[in-house]
Amino acid sequence: MNARFYRSLYRIRRVEEEIARIYPTNKIKSPVHLSIGQEAVSVGVCLALGSQDIVFGTYRGHALYLAKGGNLKKMIAELYGRTTGCAKGKGGSMHLIDVTAGVMGGSAIVGTTIPQAVGYAYALKLKRSSKVVVSFFGDGAVDEGVFHESINFAALKNLPIIFVCENNSYAIHTHQIQRQANPKIWERVKSYGIPSERIEGNDLFKIYQKVSNVVKALRSGKKGPIFFECTTYRLKEHVGPNEDYHLGYRTREEAEPWLKNDPLQKLALLVKSKKRQKIEKEVEKEIEEAFEYAEKSPFPKDSELFTDVFKN
Amino acid sequence: MKRNLSYVEAVREASDQEMDRDKSVIVFGLDVDDPKAIQGTTLGLVQKYGHERVFGTPLSEDAMTGAAIGMALAGLRPIHIHIRMDFMLLAMNQLVNIAAKSHYMYGGQVNIPLVVRSMIGKSWGQGAQHSQSLYSFFMHVPGLKVVAPTTPYDAKGCLIEAIRDNNPVIYIEHRILHFQKGYVPEKLYTVGSGKARVTVKGKDITLVGISYMQVECQRAARYLESVGIKAEVIDPIWLSPLDIDTIAASVNKTGRLIVADNDWITCGAGSEIVSEVLEKLQGKREIKVHRMGFAPVTCPPTPPLEKLFYPDGRDIASASFDLVKGGKNKWVPDEQIDLKEIEFKGPF
Repeated sequence: MNARFYRSLYRIRRVEEEIARIYPTNKIKSPVHLSIGQEAVSVGVCLALGSQDIVFGTYRGHALYLAKGGNLKKMIAELYGRTTGCAKGKGGSMHLIDVTAGVMGGSAIVGTTIPQAVGYAYALKLKRSSKVVVSFFGDGAVDEGVFHESINFAALKNLPIIFVCENNSYAIHTHQIQRQANPKIWERVKSYGIPSERIEGNDLFKIYQKVSNVVKALRSGKKGPIFFECTTYRLKEHVGPNEDYHLGYRTREEAEPWLKNDPLQKLALLVKSKKRQKIEKEVEKEIEEAFEYAEKSPFPKDSELFTDVFKN
Repeated sequence: MKRNLSYVEAVREASDQEMDRDKSVIVFGLDVDDPKAIQGTTLGLVQKYGHERVFGTPLSEDAMTGAAIGMALAGLRPIHIHIRMDFMLLAMNQLVNIAAKSHYMYGGQVNIPLVVRSMIGKSWGQGAQHSQSLYSFFMHVPGLKVVAPTTPYDAKGCLIEAIRDNNPVIYIEHRILHFQKGYVPEKLYTVGSGKARVTVKGKDITLVGISYMQVECQRAARYLESVGIKAEVIDPIWLSPLDIDTIAASVNKTGRLIVADNDWITCGAGSEIVSEVLEKLQGKREIKVHRMGFAPVTCPPTPPLEKLFYPDGRDIASASFDLVKGGKNKWVPDEQIDLKEIEFKGPF
């Protein structure tokens, strides 16, 4: 299991490091909101899900897309704007989708995919399906009215959905305590009649364990929804490949504990070195191939501008 | 013997027949399952199809629109209802940023078969926030279809078409049109986009009436008969996609166009129709155009001001007379009792 966690976490980190490395060449003409530092939440949740389960994400969605099994080649090609991208170059980094992996997209507008996840869960319940839906969003989305409308409806209808709030403390550059009178999100959510708890410190194992238990319970007929607030930390700037401590809205000291507690480093110690090297080698090869695939893929033809407006 | 139904009954029948035919069709919105049943348009559906397929919602237009999109992504065909169109302003993010764009921005991988039904109010003091049409907002956005049927026949056929469409369709009713009666076949049929309907044949001027203003245009044509002017009246039915060819062909014949809109004029559907007709006919045909619509103010509830806010058949006839004769003639026909609007009594 540790090897599985390590592979997923390492793969996401390295993909994003490659994105950051390539970014200054301007080959990726798309805003990128890197998940570096936050990957453990996506990995912990998604490894507790089955491939048939459904996730809805955010514009900071690379980690979720990859953790849930989204196709890496198609993701990089999408960032490169190529026709082989997961959305044929029409979505970009903020709208990654892989329907076969149950990744149903992300939105640039904060909070926007939460009700879609809820509606999807309603449809699953109506169809008596055993699948579950997970809605990912950040602490910023909790500021939005639609969040409260959505969780109320999910609770009202007892929907098979898990809400996962990736609380990284910031909405762009504004801290949670400057935005929320009561920053205990999990506590506020409880008042909607939703079982809710906070999982501190990027704790991949705890996240995995708790989500696994909940998924099992939901499949065997326990009523949803369930809410997890997972505290985590974004190490790069809000958008772009760099660090941003120089801006002054946060300090490097604030990041230190998170860097020390990096789940990737911690996990590396739990995987035998031979096994780890094998994983790393395989992942590096896969990443290299994905970037090559993107580089070699064609841009969309002019006629693509007018396709996909309506479905026949 | 032809079967006459009201607009309300036509909408109800279309919903019922489609829900019966396709169990992925579901209906929801505030009060759809209450005793008043959205002016009767959802009457009996909850008894027939149950609380999972027909349900009232919290007052959460934004989230319920998002939920409708999520249901559509999961393979359902939701019909989301707002008892007034004004409430849709609370749902614009989901409609414009997600419903309209998903098929395109996900490279064709997903689509959103969604119908949003809503009603435009008029009279009995509907006032500022129960009277707006807003359809031009939706016409502006690629990826949304917009339909505003006028007759019971089209109400049924367009709703069935909208439900079966694989894309989001904004389906717009008008409260006054709910009382219209007309022939409605019992069978299932569709009235699709791409074909505007010529409702009155004429040669002197083309009148395009949108939504309720179609009724007033037909009244205007009757008033104009008394002064020997033969107006051709067109109902676009579908506003997006819009059948401009039928309208342009008529204007090519008459040389004169008035678009009477059930909305403000600026950046409205009428402006769009006039522009498209001009683009098609310029250099081929000298034409005169005129746009009519709401006064450029907030809708006042007090009856004397409200009467001035809306153009009616006599106003359209008067403007048509000027366009045909040239200049300002100040001709306004005497009101005919059979061409007077029904007095809508509230409360809603």
